Amino acid sequence: MCADPSTLEGLNWWLCYLTTVKHMNLYTSVFTVLLLLAIVTPCILALGFGGAVAKRSALMPVRWVGMGYTSMVRGVPDIVFFMFVPIALDQVFEMIRHKVLCSDVNDPIWQGNDFVVCDIAKLPLNAAPQWQHDAYGFILAVIAFAIVFGAFAANVIDGALKAVPKGQLEAGEAIGMTKRQIFTRIHAPQMWRYALPGLSNLWMILLKATPLLFLLGIEDVVYWARELGGAKTSRFAYPHPDWRLGYFLALLVFYLFLTWISEKVFDRLKLRFGAGVAI
Amino acid sequence: MSCAEAFSNYAFRSLGYGERILPKADITLCEQIALIGSGMIWNVYFTVLALIAGFGFATLIALGKASSNPLASIPAKTFIFVFRGSPLFIQFFLFYEAFVLIPKVAGDIDLGFVQLTVETRWFTRAWLGALIVMFLNTSAYSAEIFYGALRNVPKGDLEAADAIGMNASQKFRRVTWPTMLRLAWPSYTNEAIFMGHATTLVFLSGFPAWRQAGDALYYAQYLAEKTFNPFVAYPIVAAFFIVFTLIIIGGFGAMNKRLNRHMAPEARGKLKLSLNVIR
Repeated sequence: MCADPSTLEGLNWWLCYLTTVKHMNLYTSVFTVLLLLAIVTPCILALGFGGAVAKRSALMPVRWVGMGYTSMVRGVPDIVFFMFVPIALDQVFEMIRHKVLCSDVNDPIWQGNDFVVCDIAKLPLNAAPQWQHDAYGFILAVIAFAIVFGAFAANVIDGALKAVPKGQLEAGEAIGMTKRQIFTRIHAPQMWRYALPGLSNLWMILLKATPLLFLLGIEDVVYWARELGGAKTSRFAYPHPDWRLGYFLALLVFYLFLTWISEKVFDRLKLRFGAGVAI
Repeated sequence: MSCAEAFSNYAFRSLGYGERILPKADITLCEQIALIGSGMIWNVYFTVLALIAGFGFATLIALGKASSNPLASIPAKTFIFVFRGSPLFIQFFLFYEAFVLIPKVAGDIDLGFVQLTVETRWFTRAWLGALIVMFLNTSAYSAEIFYGALRNVPKGDLEAADAIGMNASQKFRRVTWPTMLRLAWPSYTNEAIFMGHATTLVFLSGFPAWRQAGDALYYAQYLAEKTFNPFVAYPIVAAFFIVFTLIIIGGFGAMNKRLNRHMAPEARGKLKLSLNVIR
């Protein structure tokens, strides 16, 4: 049906237009967003938990690491980290590979305004197929998201650990539990109820930060919306004027929908975690 | 180039004064600091103006949401949901595309003593267009904060106002509004800080940096790209923003003291930087 778009009209035109290869790319990029969320959420929780525990560690250096990590997001915009972390990581990785793989090259890596590593130290290799470049960029983005939002989560979890009533912990001591037992059986399980509002907030923020993938050069929903929305002359199969406004409106609705669903889910969770607790 | 020269060339580059051409090779530390500092002017500009303009509007929206009249509460709720539920990044793109569609007209406004030439083209420029988006966005976030505070104004205070025969407007001006501000102030401080951080998105999204006059992050990105060294430019932005954040905390802290001056010391609202209001 879609073989000759110029003969199509009305509904058929729209059906064909919305199923072109590029539109399919747009739809799959929605899954990129969801994939990012799926991968990054457990990392954030783990980093957050680790950061919060490190902050209350008995060892001073560990405590300092925890404190530094939790406070790094307070004064500096998260976007700065999103721009910085991927480039910095990329350079660090390449530098390490350069040192290991081409130990015979003695030229400095930073030459004036240039960053030079030997060819086999490049990540991914110049000859690597396109999907490897894409995947590498995506992995760097995931790490950036995990680090930044892990710091936010560490703040939330730290606050929640402090919010658990002292009496609960003292009760654990009174019946002779060790420190570790108190933490794993009383402190950590009760913490979640206090952490939930903060974490739900964080989830909303994370959702709204996903379009920043575009800034990291990943072909995400924003990229395709701009690409597809731009005016197409009659040389194209489906000519149309500038429709970017429409595409961004659709993105807005998509994000509002995600927010709305998340609100519903968190309301449910709140009921669950609040079960069995006297108010 | 000496350090003083770098500053005289680039300290106001973001406003279009000084050297037109950005440094290309052999970029010194002074040039980086001067350029990024000049970019900070825009971040401060957006933060301050959007906050001032948003403050009044947010109060209105909060009152609307708290109103029992559906004609007021439904638009207010929708406004808050749309602007809080979608990413600021997408909002910038969306509004930019919408502003582009405004037909280009220029008109004169006669203020009696001075003639102003107003052009609709200004909407597509960051100084106006992005400011409008930031204004709407911060209004929605602040309105939600104010609404929460409004609901927590102690009933007894309101009844006392009724009992001594205040009329509705007196009650609002002398009891409801000051109490609302006092309760909302710690969260509102957070909103101001993260609003300031969010201004870094302006020149990375739809709004183009006209004649390469951008904000701090715009220049940092430029410099990191030119020098292939993200470890200088980004920490400079970070330092600028930490100072900016501290100034905001200082100013809002002073206001918080004033709002709480009649309260017993232990009942005062504490300013605590919690991380719940970035977009």
